[in-house]
Amino acid sequence: MTPGQGGNLTAMDVAAALDRLAPRLSPTATVARNARRLSGGASLETWAFDLDDGSPLILRRRPDGALPRDTALPLSSEAALIRAADTAGAPAPSVVHVCEPGDDLGEAYVMHRLEGETLGRRIVRDEAFARVRPGLARRCGEVLARIHAVPIDDLPPLATSDAKGELARYERLYRQMDAQRPILEAAFRWLGSIAPPAPQRPVLVHGDFRNGNLMIHPGHGLVGVLDWELAHLGDPAEDLGWMCVNSWRFGEWRRPVGGFGDYADLLAGHGGDITLERVKFWQALGSLKWGVMCLMMYQSFAAGADRSIERAMIGRRTSETEIDLVALMEAA
Amino acid sequence: MISHPTLTELSEAIAAFDAEAPAPGDARHAFLARVADNARATVAREAEQGAQLETEAIERLKALLGCEGDFTKLNADLCEALRSGGMSTRDPALLAHLRATAIGQIRIDQPSYGGLEALLASD
Repeated sequence: MTPGQGGNLTAMDVAAALDRLAPRLSPTATVARNARRLSGGASLETWAFDLDDGSPLILRRRPDGALPRDTALPLSSEAALIRAADTAGAPAPSVVHVCEPGDDLGEAYVMHRLEGETLGRRIVRDEAFARVRPGLARRCGEVLARIHAVPIDDLPPLATSDAKGELARYERLYRQMDAQRPILEAAFRWLGSIAPPAPQRPVLVHGDFRNGNLMIHPGHGLVGVLDWELAHLGDPAEDLGWMCVNSWRFGEWRRPVGGFGDYADLLAGHGGDITLERVKFWQALGSLKWGVMCLMMYQSFAAGADRSIERAMIGRRTSETEIDLVALMEAA
Repeated sequence: MISHPTLTELSEAIAAFDAEAPAPGDARHAFLARVADNARATVAREAEQGAQLETEAIERLKALLGCEGDFTKLNADLCEALRSGGMSTRDPALLAHLRATAIGQIRIDQPSYGGLEALLASD
Protein backbone atom coordinates (compact mmCIF):
# COMPACT_ATOMS: atom_id res chain seq x y z
CA MET A 1 0.00 0.00 0.00
CA THR A 2 1.33 3.44 -0.85
CA PRO A 3 2.02 5.36 2.34
CA GLY A 4 -0.17 8.37 2.89
CA GLN A 5 -2.95 7.00 0.68
CA GLY A 6 -4.89 5.11 3.32
CA GLY A 7 -4.07 2.32 5.72
CA ASN A 8 -1.31 2.97 8.18
CA LEU A 9 2.43 2.76 8.02
CA THR A 10 3.94 -0.32 9.62
CA ALA A 11 7.05 -0.11 11.75
CA MET A 12 8.95 -1.39 8.72
CA ASP A 13 7.53 1.37 6.49
CA VAL A 14 8.55 4.01 9.02
CA ALA A 15 12.04 2.53 9.44
CA ALA A 16 12.54 2.38 5.66
CA ALA A 17 11.36 5.96 5.14
CA LEU A 18 13.64 7.22 7.94
CA ASP A 19 16.55 5.34 6.38
CA ARG A 20 16.00 7.13 3.06
CA LEU A 21 15.66 10.44 4.88
CA ALA A 22 18.78 10.01 7.07
CA PRO A 23 21.32 11.83 4.84
CA ARG A 24 19.07 14.89 4.80
CA LEU A 25 18.76 14.91 8.61
CA SER A 26 22.49 15.08 9.20
CA PRO A 27 25.35 15.57 6.70
CA THR A 28 27.40 12.83 8.37
CA ALA A 29 24.61 10.22 8.47
CA THR A 30 23.85 7.51 5.92
CA VAL A 31 21.18 5.37 7.64
CA ALA A 32 18.68 5.43 10.50
CA ARG A 33 18.65 2.82 13.25
CA ASN A 34 16.52 1.51 16.10
CA ALA A 35 13.22 3.11 15.01
CA ARG A 36 10.72 2.29 17.75
CA ARG A 37 7.29 3.57 18.60
CA LEU A 38 7.09 5.17 22.04
CA SER A 39 3.88 4.68 23.99
CA GLY A 40 1.78 7.76 24.20
CA GLY A 41 -0.98 9.67 22.51
CA ALA A 42 -3.55 8.09 20.24
CA SER A 43 -3.94 11.20 18.09
CA LEU A 44 -0.22 11.41 17.33
CA GLU A 45 2.54 8.83 17.01
CA THR A 46 5.96 9.43 18.52
CA TRP A 47 8.91 7.39 17.23
CA ALA A 48 12.45 7.41 18.62
CA PHE A 49 15.36 6.60 16.30
CA ASP A 50 19.08 7.20 15.88
CA LEU A 51 21.26 8.09 12.94
CA ASP A 52 24.46 6.13 12.31
CA ASP A 53 26.49 9.25 13.22
CA GLY A 54 24.97 9.03 16.72
CA SER A 55 22.28 11.74 16.48
CA PRO A 56 19.31 10.85 18.71
CA LEU A 57 16.06 11.94 17.04
CA ILE A 58 12.28 11.87 17.42
CA LEU A 59 9.67 11.57 14.67
CA ARG A 60 6.22 12.99 15.39
CA ARG A 61 3.58 11.94 12.90
CA ARG A 62 -0.16 11.86 12.54
CA PRO A 63 -1.47 8.36 11.82
CA ASP A 64 -2.88 8.21 8.31
CA GLY A 65 -6.57 8.96 8.30
CA ALA A 66 -6.51 10.32 11.85
CA LEU A 67 -8.25 13.66 12.04
CA PRO A 68 -6.70 16.29 14.27
CA ARG A 69 -8.69 17.09 17.41
CA ASP A 70 -10.90 20.07 16.67
CA THR A 71 -8.52 22.50 18.32
CA ALA A 72 -5.26 20.72 17.50
CA LEU A 73 -2.75 22.31 15.14
CA PRO A 74 -1.33 20.82 11.95
CA LEU A 75 2.12 19.36 12.69
CA SER A 76 3.83 21.88 10.42
CA SER A 77 2.40 24.64 12.66
CA GLU A 78 3.56 22.78 15.76
CA ALA A 79 7.06 22.61 14.28
CA ALA A 80 6.98 26.35 13.48
CA LEU A 81 5.96 27.15 17.07
CA ILE A 82 8.74 25.02 18.52
CA ARG A 83 11.21 26.90 16.31
CA ALA A 84 9.77 30.25 17.44
CA ALA A 85 9.98 29.23 21.10
CA ASP A 86 13.54 28.00 20.58
CA THR A 87 14.46 31.39 19.07
CA ALA A 88 12.82 33.17 22.03
CA GLY A 89 15.03 31.25 24.46
CA ALA A 90 12.44 28.77 25.76
CA PRO A 91 13.85 25.22 26.02
CA ALA A 92 12.42 23.16 23.18
CA PRO A 93 13.70 20.29 21.07
CA SER A 94 15.29 21.66 17.88
CA VAL A 95 13.24 20.87 14.80
CA VAL A 96 15.46 19.14 12.23
CA HIS A 97 13.06 18.59 9.34
CA VAL A 98 9.40 19.10 8.47
CA CYS A 99 8.34 16.19 6.26
CA GLU A 100 7.23 16.63 2.67
CA PRO A 101 5.05 14.32 0.55
CA GLY A 102 8.12 12.68 -1.05
CA ASP A 103 9.35 11.59 2.40
CA ASP A 104 6.57 8.95 2.56
CA LEU A 105 5.90 9.67 6.22
CA GLY A 106 2.66 11.61 5.87
CA GLU A 107 2.10 14.60 8.14
CA ALA A 108 5.22 14.54 10.31
CA TYR A 109 8.36 16.27 11.48
CA VAL A 110 11.70 15.27 12.99
CA MET A 111 13.26 16.86 16.07
CA HIS A 112 16.19 16.25 18.38
CA ARG A 113 15.63 13.75 21.16
CA LEU A 114 16.22 15.32 24.56
CA GLU A 115 17.54 13.43 27.54
CA GLY A 116 15.38 13.41 30.63
CA GLU A 117 12.08 12.30 32.14
CA THR A 118 8.48 13.26 31.34
CA LEU A 119 6.65 10.93 33.73
CA GLY A 120 5.10 13.22 36.34
CA ARG A 121 5.07 10.64 39.12
CA ARG A 122 8.83 10.16 38.86
CA ILE A 123 9.50 13.89 38.61
CA VAL A 124 7.61 14.63 41.85
CA ARG A 125 8.89 11.60 43.84
CA ASP A 126 12.14 10.11 42.56
CA GLU A 127 15.31 10.88 44.46
CA ALA A 128 17.04 11.51 41.13
CA PHE A 129 15.08 14.77 40.75
CA ALA A 130 15.38 15.97 44.37
CA ARG A 131 18.14 18.39 43.43
CA VAL A 132 16.23 20.15 40.63
CA ARG A 133 12.72 20.12 42.16
CA PRO A 134 13.17 23.21 44.41
CA GLY A 135 13.97 25.45 41.43
CA LEU A 136 11.47 24.02 38.96
CA ALA A 137 8.41 26.19 39.71
CA ARG A 138 10.38 29.40 39.25
CA ARG A 139 11.97 28.02 36.09
CA CYS A 140 8.52 27.13 34.73
CA GLY A 141 7.45 30.74 35.30
CA GLU A 142 10.56 32.04 33.51
CA VAL A 143 10.08 29.71 30.56
CA LEU A 144 6.40 30.62 30.27
CA ALA A 145 7.34 34.32 30.27
CA ARG A 146 9.61 33.65 27.28
CA ILE A 147 6.88 31.76 25.44
CA HIS A 148 4.40 34.56 26.21
CA ALA A 149 6.87 37.11 24.82
CA VAL A 150 7.22 35.38 21.41
CA PRO A 151 6.32 37.93 18.71
CA ILE A 152 2.96 36.74 17.39
CA ASP A 153 2.94 38.43 13.98
CA ASP A 154 5.07 35.81 12.27
CA LEU A 155 3.40 32.72 13.76
CA PRO A 156 1.29 30.27 11.77
CA PRO A 157 -2.50 30.82 11.98
CA LEU A 158 -3.72 30.27 15.56
CA ALA A 159 -7.14 30.52 17.20
CA THR A 160 -7.69 33.22 19.82
CA SER A 161 -9.59 32.43 23.00
CA ASP A 162 -10.37 34.02 26.35
CA ALA A 163 -11.92 32.96 29.65
CA LYS A 164 -15.55 33.55 28.71
CA GLY A 165 -15.10 31.90 25.31
CA GLU A 166 -13.46 28.81 26.85
CA LEU A 167 -16.21 28.53 29.46
CA ALA A 168 -18.90 28.76 26.77
CA ARG A 169 -17.14 26.18 24.59
CA TYR A 170 -16.81 23.65 27.39
CA GLU A 171 -20.37 24.25 28.60
CA ARG A 172 -21.61 23.47 25.07
CA LEU A 173 -19.59 20.25 25.03
CA TYR A 174 -20.96 19.34 28.47
CA ARG A 175 -24.59 20.00 27.41
CA GLN A 176 -24.17 17.78 24.34
CA MET A 177 -23.52 14.80 26.62
CA ASP A 178 -26.66 14.93 28.74
CA ALA A 179 -24.70 14.28 31.93
CA GLN A 180 -26.24 15.43 35.22
CA ARG A 181 -23.29 16.65 37.30
CA PRO A 182 -24.29 19.31 39.84
CA ILE A 183 -20.69 20.13 40.76
CA LEU A 184 -19.85 20.90 37.14
CA GLU A 185 -23.08 22.91 36.79
CA ALA A 186 -22.16 24.96 39.86
CA ALA A 187 -18.61 25.45 38.57
CA PHE A 188 -19.87 26.79 35.21
CA ARG A 189 -22.05 29.35 37.04
CA TRP A 190 -19.37 30.30 39.57
CA LEU A 191 -16.59 30.72 37.02
CA GLY A 192 -18.95 32.59 34.67
CA SER A 193 -19.53 35.13 37.44
CA ILE A 194 -15.81 35.78 38.04
CA ALA A 195 -14.31 35.31 34.55
CA PRO A 196 -11.63 37.92 33.85
CA PRO A 197 -11.92 40.05 30.70
CA ALA A 198 -9.88 39.08 27.65
CA PRO A 199 -6.30 40.37 27.88
CA GLN A 200 -5.70 43.59 25.98
CA ARG A 201 -2.90 41.96 24.07
CA PRO A 202 -3.30 38.20 23.50
CA VAL A 203 -0.05 36.25 23.73
CA LEU A 204 1.16 32.87 22.49
CA VAL A 205 -0.29 30.34 24.97
CA HIS A 206 1.19 26.83 24.96
CA GLY A 207 -2.17 25.34 25.95
CA ASP A 208 -0.95 22.10 27.57
CA PHE A 209 1.95 23.26 29.79
CA ARG A 210 1.89 20.80 32.69
CA ASN A 211 3.91 18.18 34.53
CA GLY A 212 3.86 15.33 32.00
CA ASN A 213 4.57 17.50 28.96
CA LEU A 214 7.87 18.85 30.29
CA MET A 215 11.21 17.12 29.76
CA ILE A 216 13.04 17.26 33.10
CA HIS A 217 16.74 16.37 33.36
CA PRO A 218 18.05 15.25 36.79
CA GLY A 219 20.93 17.72 36.55
CA HIS A 220 19.67 20.51 34.30
CA GLY A 221 15.99 20.72 35.26
CA LEU A 222 13.53 21.79 32.58
CA VAL A 223 15.21 21.14 29.23
CA GLY A 224 12.25 20.92 26.86
CA VAL A 225 8.63 22.01 26.55
CA LEU A 226 6.77 19.35 24.53
CA ASP A 227 3.35 18.82 22.93
CA TRP A 228 2.51 22.14 21.33
CA GLU A 229 -0.57 20.95 19.45
CA LEU A 230 -3.03 22.92 21.63
CA ALA A 231 -1.19 26.25 21.30
CA HIS A 232 -3.30 29.34 20.65
CA LEU A 233 -3.42 33.07 21.36
CA GLY A 234 -4.91 34.18 24.64
CA ASP A 235 -4.41 34.96 28.32
CA PRO A 236 -0.93 34.17 29.70
CA ALA A 237 -2.54 33.24 33.05
CA GLU A 238 -4.13 30.24 31.29
CA ASP A 239 -0.75 28.45 31.08
CA LEU A 240 0.11 29.22 34.73
CA GLY A 241 -3.31 28.01 35.92
CA TRP A 242 -3.18 24.75 33.90
CA MET A 243 0.23 24.03 35.44
CA CYS A 244 -1.43 24.12 38.91
CA VAL A 245 -4.40 21.79 38.26
CA ASN A 246 -4.37 19.12 40.98
CA SER A 247 -4.67 16.31 38.39
CA TRP A 248 -1.05 17.00 37.35
CA ARG A 249 0.38 17.02 40.90
CA PHE A 250 0.66 13.23 41.01
CA GLY A 251 -0.42 12.97 44.65
CA GLU A 252 1.80 15.82 45.87
CA TRP A 253 -1.23 18.08 46.35
CA ARG A 254 0.48 20.38 48.85
CA ARG A 255 2.76 21.65 46.06
CA PRO A 256 0.39 23.40 43.66
CA VAL A 257 2.83 23.88 40.80
CA GLY A 258 3.07 20.47 39.15
CA GLY A 259 3.44 18.69 42.50
CA PHE A 260 6.90 20.24 42.98
CA GLY A 261 6.56 23.97 43.74
CA ASP A 262 4.63 26.92 45.10
CA TYR A 263 2.52 29.63 43.49
CA ALA A 264 4.87 32.41 44.64
CA ASP A 265 7.84 30.93 42.77
CA LEU A 266 5.85 30.40 39.58
CA LEU A 267 4.52 33.97 39.65
CA ALA A 268 7.92 35.48 40.48
CA GLY A 269 9.54 33.48 37.68
CA HIS A 270 7.03 34.91 35.25
CA GLY A 271 8.04 38.42 36.30
CA GLY A 272 5.36 39.28 38.85
CA ASP A 273 2.99 40.58 36.16
CA ILE A 274 0.13 38.12 36.79
CA THR A 275 -2.04 37.98 39.91
CA LEU A 276 -2.55 34.81 41.94
CA GLU A 277 -6.29 35.41 41.68
CA ARG A 278 -6.14 35.20 37.88
CA VAL A 279 -4.03 32.05 38.00
CA LYS A 280 -6.48 30.41 40.40
CA PHE A 281 -9.38 31.26 38.11
CA TRP A 282 -7.63 29.48 35.23
CA GLN A 283 -6.67 26.60 37.53
CA ALA A 284 -10.34 26.07 38.40
CA LEU A 285 -11.35 26.38 34.75
CA GLY A 286 -8.60 23.85 34.00
CA SER A 287 -10.12 21.34 36.43
CA LEU A 288 -13.54 21.95 34.89
CA LYS A 289 -12.18 21.46 31.36
CA TRP A 290 -10.41 18.23 32.36
CA GLY A 291 -13.66 17.00 33.93
CA VAL A 292 -15.55 17.63 30.68
CA MET A 293 -12.75 15.96 28.70
CA CYS A 294 -12.99 12.85 30.91
CA LEU A 295 -16.74 12.69 30.23
CA MET A 296 -16.11 13.11 26.50
CA MET A 297 -13.59 10.27 26.47
CA TYR A 298 -16.12 8.09 28.30
CA GLN A 299 -18.66 9.12 25.65
CA SER A 300 -16.58 7.46 22.94
CA PHE A 301 -16.98 4.22 24.94
CA ALA A 302 -20.74 4.73 25.41
CA ALA A 303 -21.23 5.50 21.71
CA GLY A 304 -19.34 2.34 20.75
CA ALA A 305 -16.48 4.17 19.00
CA ASP A 306 -13.92 2.78 21.47
CA ARG A 307 -15.14 -0.01 23.77
CA SER A 308 -11.86 -0.34 25.66
CA ILE A 309 -11.80 -0.57 29.44
CA GLU A 310 -9.54 2.50 29.39
CA ARG A 311 -12.22 4.68 27.79
CA ALA A 312 -14.83 3.41 30.24
CA MET A 313 -12.66 4.00 33.30
CA ILE A 314 -11.55 7.51 32.36
CA GLY A 315 -15.14 8.63 32.91
CA ARG A 316 -14.56 7.80 36.58
CA ARG A 317 -11.77 10.40 36.69
CA THR A 318 -14.41 13.13 36.37
CA SER A 319 -14.91 12.87 40.12
CA GLU A 320 -11.29 13.88 40.76
CA THR A 321 -12.00 17.21 39.08
CA GLU A 322 -15.25 17.50 41.03
CA ILE A 323 -13.58 17.14 44.41
CA ASP A 324 -10.98 19.73 43.37
CA LEU A 325 -13.71 22.10 42.20
CA VAL A 326 -15.57 21.73 45.50
CA ALA A 327 -12.40 22.65 47.40
CA LEU A 328 -11.88 25.69 45.15
CA MET A 329 -15.53 26.81 45.47
CA GLU A 330 -15.42 26.47 49.25
CA ALA A 331 -12.26 28.57 49.41
CA ALA A 332 -13.64 31.27 47.10
CA MET B 1 -26.48 6.61 41.22
CA ILE B 2 -23.05 6.93 39.63
CA SER B 3 -23.05 7.20 35.85
CA HIS B 4 -20.57 7.86 33.01
CA PRO B 5 -19.92 4.95 33.29
CA THR B 6 -22.50 3.08 35.37
CA LEU B 7 -21.58 0.02 37.43
CA THR B 8 -23.16 -2.14 34.71
CA GLU B 9 -21.10 -0.53 31.93
CA LEU B 10 -17.91 -0.96 33.95
CA SER B 11 -18.69 -4.63 34.56
CA GLU B 12 -19.37 -5.14 30.84
CA ALA B 13 -16.10 -3.48 29.89
CA ILE B 14 -14.20 -5.70 32.37
CA ALA B 15 -15.89 -8.83 30.99
CA ALA B 16 -15.07 -7.78 27.41
CA PHE B 17 -11.44 -7.22 28.35
CA ASP B 18 -11.22 -10.57 30.15
CA ALA B 19 -12.53 -12.31 27.01
CA GLU B 20 -9.66 -10.94 24.88
CA ALA B 21 -6.78 -13.21 23.95
CA PRO B 22 -3.65 -11.05 23.83
CA ALA B 23 -0.55 -11.77 21.79
CA PRO B 24 2.43 -12.58 24.07
CA GLY B 25 4.31 -9.45 25.13
CA ASP B 26 1.53 -7.10 24.01
CA ALA B 27 2.39 -3.86 25.88
CA ARG B 28 -1.00 -2.27 25.28
CA HIS B 29 -2.71 -5.35 26.76
CA ALA B 30 -0.47 -5.20 29.83
CA PHE B 31 -1.45 -1.56 30.34
CA LEU B 32 -5.15 -2.35 29.93
CA ALA B 33 -4.82 -5.23 32.40
CA ARG B 34 -3.80 -2.72 35.08
CA VAL B 35 -6.75 -0.50 34.14
CA ALA B 36 -9.05 -3.53 34.38
CA ASP B 37 -7.72 -4.31 37.88
CA ASN B 38 -8.52 -0.74 38.93
CA ALA B 39 -11.97 -1.12 37.41
CA ARG B 40 -12.56 -4.33 39.39
CA ALA B 41 -11.60 -2.54 42.60
CA THR B 42 -13.95 0.33 41.75
CA VAL B 43 -16.80 -2.09 41.08
CA ALA B 44 -16.16 -3.81 44.42
CA ARG B 45 -16.17 -0.50 46.32
CA GLU B 46 -19.33 0.64 44.61
CA ALA B 47 -21.08 -2.66 45.40
CA GLU B 48 -20.20 -2.08 49.04
CA GLN B 49 -20.80 1.67 49.40
CA GLY B 50 -23.06 2.72 46.51
CA ALA B 51 -26.48 2.03 48.05
CA GLN B 52 -25.70 3.86 51.30
CA LEU B 53 -24.32 6.79 49.30
CA GLU B 54 -27.51 7.03 47.27
CA THR B 55 -29.75 6.88 50.35
CA GLU B 56 -27.82 9.72 51.98
CA ALA B 57 -27.78 11.78 48.77
CA ILE B 58 -31.57 11.47 48.40
CA GLU B 59 -32.08 12.73 51.96
CA ARG B 60 -29.82 15.74 51.38
CA LEU B 61 -31.45 16.53 48.03
CA LYS B 62 -34.97 16.39 49.50
CA ALA B 63 -33.99 18.88 52.20
CA LEU B 64 -32.12 21.11 49.75
CA LEU B 65 -34.84 21.21 47.09
CA GLY B 66 -37.92 20.79 49.30
CA CYS B 67 -39.41 18.14 47.04
CA GLU B 68 -39.71 14.38 46.66
CA GLY B 69 -38.50 11.88 44.08
CA ASP B 70 -35.89 9.28 43.31
CA PHE B 71 -32.20 10.11 42.99
CA THR B 72 -32.28 10.62 39.23
CA LYS B 73 -35.16 13.12 39.41
CA LEU B 74 -33.80 15.03 42.40
CA ASN B 75 -30.31 15.22 40.94
CA ALA B 76 -31.68 16.46 37.60
CA ASP B 77 -33.77 19.04 39.46
CA LEU B 78 -30.68 20.30 41.26
CA CYS B 79 -28.75 20.56 37.97
CA GLU B 80 -31.61 22.56 36.44
CA ALA B 81 -31.81 24.87 39.48
CA LEU B 82 -28.08 25.57 39.13
CA ARG B 83 -28.20 25.97 35.35
CA SER B 84 -31.13 28.42 35.50
CA GLY B 85 -29.63 30.39 38.38
CA GLY B 86 -32.57 29.44 40.65
CA MET B 87 -30.07 28.24 43.25
CA SER B 88 -27.04 30.29 44.26
CA THR B 89 -23.66 28.56 44.06
CA ARG B 90 -22.85 30.21 47.41
CA ASP B 91 -25.71 28.52 49.29
CA PRO B 92 -24.06 26.76 52.27
CA ALA B 93 -26.52 23.84 52.13
CA LEU B 94 -25.70 23.40 48.44
CA LEU B 95 -21.97 23.45 49.12
CA ALA B 96 -22.40 20.92 51.93
CA HIS B 97 -24.28 18.61 49.55
CA LEU B 98 -21.68 18.98 46.80
CA ARG B 99 -18.89 18.30 49.28
CA ALA B 100 -20.54 15.13 50.59
CA THR B 101 -21.26 14.00 47.02
CA ALA B 102 -17.68 14.55 45.89
CA ILE B 103 -16.21 12.75 48.92
CA GLY B 104 -18.59 9.81 48.54
CA GLN B 105 -17.83 9.33 44.88
CA ILE B 106 -14.05 9.71 45.00
CA ARG B 107 -13.98 7.08 47.77
CA ILE B 108 -15.41 4.70 45.18
CA ASP B 109 -13.67 5.92 42.03
CA GLN B 110 -10.18 6.77 43.25
CA PRO B 111 -9.76 6.70 47.05
CA SER B 112 -6.02 7.45 46.85
CA TYR B 113 -6.54 10.71 44.90
CA GLY B 114 -4.75 13.61 46.61
CA GLY B 115 -7.77 15.89 46.28
CA LEU B 116 -9.64 13.82 48.89
CA GLU B 117 -6.94 14.30 51.51
CA ALA B 118 -6.75 17.97 50.53
CA LEU B 119 -10.48 18.56 50.99
CA LEU B 120 -10.59 16.71 54.32
CA ALA B 121 -7.58 18.74 55.51
CA SER B 122 -9.46 21.98 54.75
CA ASP B 123 -12.00 21.36 57.56
